[in-house]
Amino acid sequence: MNTFDCVIVGGGIVGAALADVLSAEGLSIALVEACSIGSGTTACGMGHLVAMDDNAAELALTAWSVALWRELRDELPLAVEYDACGTLWLATDSEERAAIDAKVASYRGVGVRAEVLDAAALREAEPALSPGLVGALRVPDDAVLYPPRAALHFARRARDRGARLMPGCPVHALRPGSVVLENGEALAAGHIVLAAGVASPRLCPELPISPRKGHLLITHRGAPVVHHQLVELGYLKSAHGSGGASVAFNAQPRVTGQLLLGSSRQPGADGSHVEPAILERMLKRAADFLPGLDGLRALRVWTGLRPATPDGLPLLGPHPEKPWLWLACGHEGLGITTATGSARLVADQLLGRSSAIDSRPYAPARFLASMTPLSEAHHA
Amino acid sequence: MREACDLVIVGAGPGGLAAACRAAEAGLDVLVLDQQPEPGGQVWRGEARKGTNRLARRWLSRFAASGARFRPGARVVAAPEPGLLLVEEGPSSLAVRYGRLVLATGARERFLPFPGWTLPGVLGVSGLQVLVKDGLSIRGRRVVLAGTGPLLLAAAATLHAHGGEVLLIAEQAPAARHWGFALQLWRYPGKLLQGAVLSAGLVGVRTATEAWVLEARGEHRLESVRMSVSGREEQLACDYLGAAWGLVPNLELARLLGCEVSGGAVVVDERMETRVPRVHAVGELLGIGGVDQALISGELAGLAAAEQPVPDSLEKSWRRVRAFAGALALHDAPRPELRRLATPETLLCRCEDVPLSALEDCTNLREARLYARLGMGSCQGRTCGAAAETLFGWAAESVRPPGLPARIGSLRPPAEPPPTLKRES
Repeated sequence: MNTFDCVIVGGGIVGAALADVLSAEGLSIALVEACSIGSGTTACGMGHLVAMDDNAAELALTAWSVALWRELRDELPLAVEYDACGTLWLATDSEERAAIDAKVASYRGVGVRAEVLDAAALREAEPALSPGLVGALRVPDDAVLYPPRAALHFARRARDRGARLMPGCPVHALRPGSVVLENGEALAAGHIVLAAGVASPRLCPELPISPRKGHLLITHRGAPVVHHQLVELGYLKSAHGSGGASVAFNAQPRVTGQLLLGSSRQPGADGSHVEPAILERMLKRAADFLPGLDGLRALRVWTGLRPATPDGLPLLGPHPEKPWLWLACGHEGLGITTATGSARLVADQLLGRSSAIDSRPYAPARFLASMTPLSEAHHA
Repeated sequence: MREACDLVIVGAGPGGLAAACRAAEAGLDVLVLDQQPEPGGQVWRGEARKGTNRLARRWLSRFAASGARFRPGARVVAAPEPGLLLVEEGPSSLAVRYGRLVLATGARERFLPFPGWTLPGVLGVSGLQVLVKDGLSIRGRRVVLAGTGPLLLAAAATLHAHGGEVLLIAEQAPAARHWGFALQLWRYPGKLLQGAVLSAGLVGVRTATEAWVLEARGEHRLESVRMSVSGREEQLACDYLGAAWGLVPNLELARLLGCEVSGGAVVVDERMETRVPRVHAVGELLGIGGVDQALISGELAGLAAAEQPVPDSLEKSWRRVRAFAGALALHDAPRPELRRLATPETLLCRCEDVPLSALEDCTNLREARLYARLGMGSCQGRTCGAAAETLFGWAAESVRPPGLPARIGSLRPPAEPPPTLKRES
């Protein structure tokens, strides 16, 4: 039997980032992936690296992770397309405009640069936007990148340190001390980390992770230029609303000269087919912000499934009832952003070290420890 | 804009026209969509104006008299739900509601990369033929054609007739297979005649079997080609090279609709109905089979759509053309040497400038897309996808709408009319 210090199940951006961090610590690693590295949800997302301040725990993890990405930027291959374009959070009315000041304060509170643009400054910064917008919050250190190549970069770096990459190896079961592949092979592991995104509950049914489907569209090259990642302030409501399908405007300039457009969220929706009614709502919303959008040429439309948890935070840490199993999953729409921070948090815990941020808000025990009274509250 | 019809047909080549004629003659309201300005498809391109091909003329007049409606310059960009197609027509968009659908999207040439294949002056075999039919002056220009099968001869005949100096027709298949194929044509008088006419037009033109292009050379455009002819290398100075290796069906729309595809062809029953109810497929989508297969399968689909009985003679013809298609597939299969022409620097995907070397670590088409951007550009892998399938044996990727770049507005279906308004008949 092949023996490893740690077997990571799931070769998406989170599993690959963890393989990178743990292999750098000298651990022997196997990275096991059912399909190809970075080809699942990682390949479907927008690739934003964005500090989000919906709650303190989310802000702590995203701000730290974005900073970790920044530290990596000089060593990322060009194909990763890291672009420090920053984010503009767009206000459509005075109520949203008024919310910006509080957001500036909360960002600055964790050391994230943030500034207010009034309507005129916004117009100057992004002339392609609708003239009706009343202002924006600018977060200049946010960035975008191309996730599959970022995952591949992490995985290859781990491989160069001796890690074994195992794409095309679906996992049959997780057992104490071993990962059993569908081909019958068993990998002995000191630690097992489950980082399989939406597929995680298949191997660990008690995980509170459900798919949340999203639609994306990318234009032909030569789309009218926007300079920042553009997100409507209403995005947060959409992102964390627990109700039915929602859409919100989200657009990114890509270094290829293309425009990437989102976003939609459908709780519980399964299957990868493009849903015209959702696409229509999403495009209509986008056209409200970017007049003239209908005339741009669409190159591809696709969907992806975000691995959502009930509280919108990932599961990072030990499984409370299976001491041999670690979790690094449930990142919903922030897996790319927080891959760097998530990998560090899990690696630090696994190695018995302290982390730069408090790991407790992401502890799987908040859902999985049956005796914890909190879990009931979270499921309510 | 909105349209409704009993039967919508995508593609106005022989297969689409035959289906349209049969269905419209039986009383169905038939709408035919095609990207080109005129009906006829690639094989009968220009025949609607010039009409030298008798078979084409017969079907085009029958189509004109059938009552079927034709919408030129129309491209399907989405199939959001059963019974609805979204169509882009120049600057406007159209939603088409239909009862049944016949896919007659035809085929395109199979390109395989070789050094210099992206130089100006290098085109497909049929691509060059189409340009000449559309008015490119070829008189006195030196042309080399390299490829396989009957299309090679058809293109040569066109170029020759327009005054082009065809230096060499290079057939990749070995002589034995080539002549074995030619002899098979004896069993099919229609094919034999076609072959004979073509050959007659090409007296004095040099042909070679076991011959293929190794490299296209030139500073800014094509100046010469290096060929392998029966095991020897030859260099020929020329102005144009037409190089392609047979045809591959345009399966994108069929795949988008969820039709089952097996062995590179859409799976249909005897009514030419795919595994998706009320969606039929005809012509090259069933496996490359040429005009006869397109016409017969088109007629069968049109009759099925109109719920008409099928004449015995048509059934018999169907079995005959299927046998021909089988022989053609065998003959056209690219030889192994053609998979090794490209060097590491040779571009495989010309939309995204992806050289062969970029695919070193990729083990399937999905990885090639994700890691190297193969097929991520404006043609969405139409050229390089088929080449990668041939070069590496990779399975085709799933299709994402709209297939080819379309206006974002065309992907947004127009609002349904209020229920009180009825369509006038």
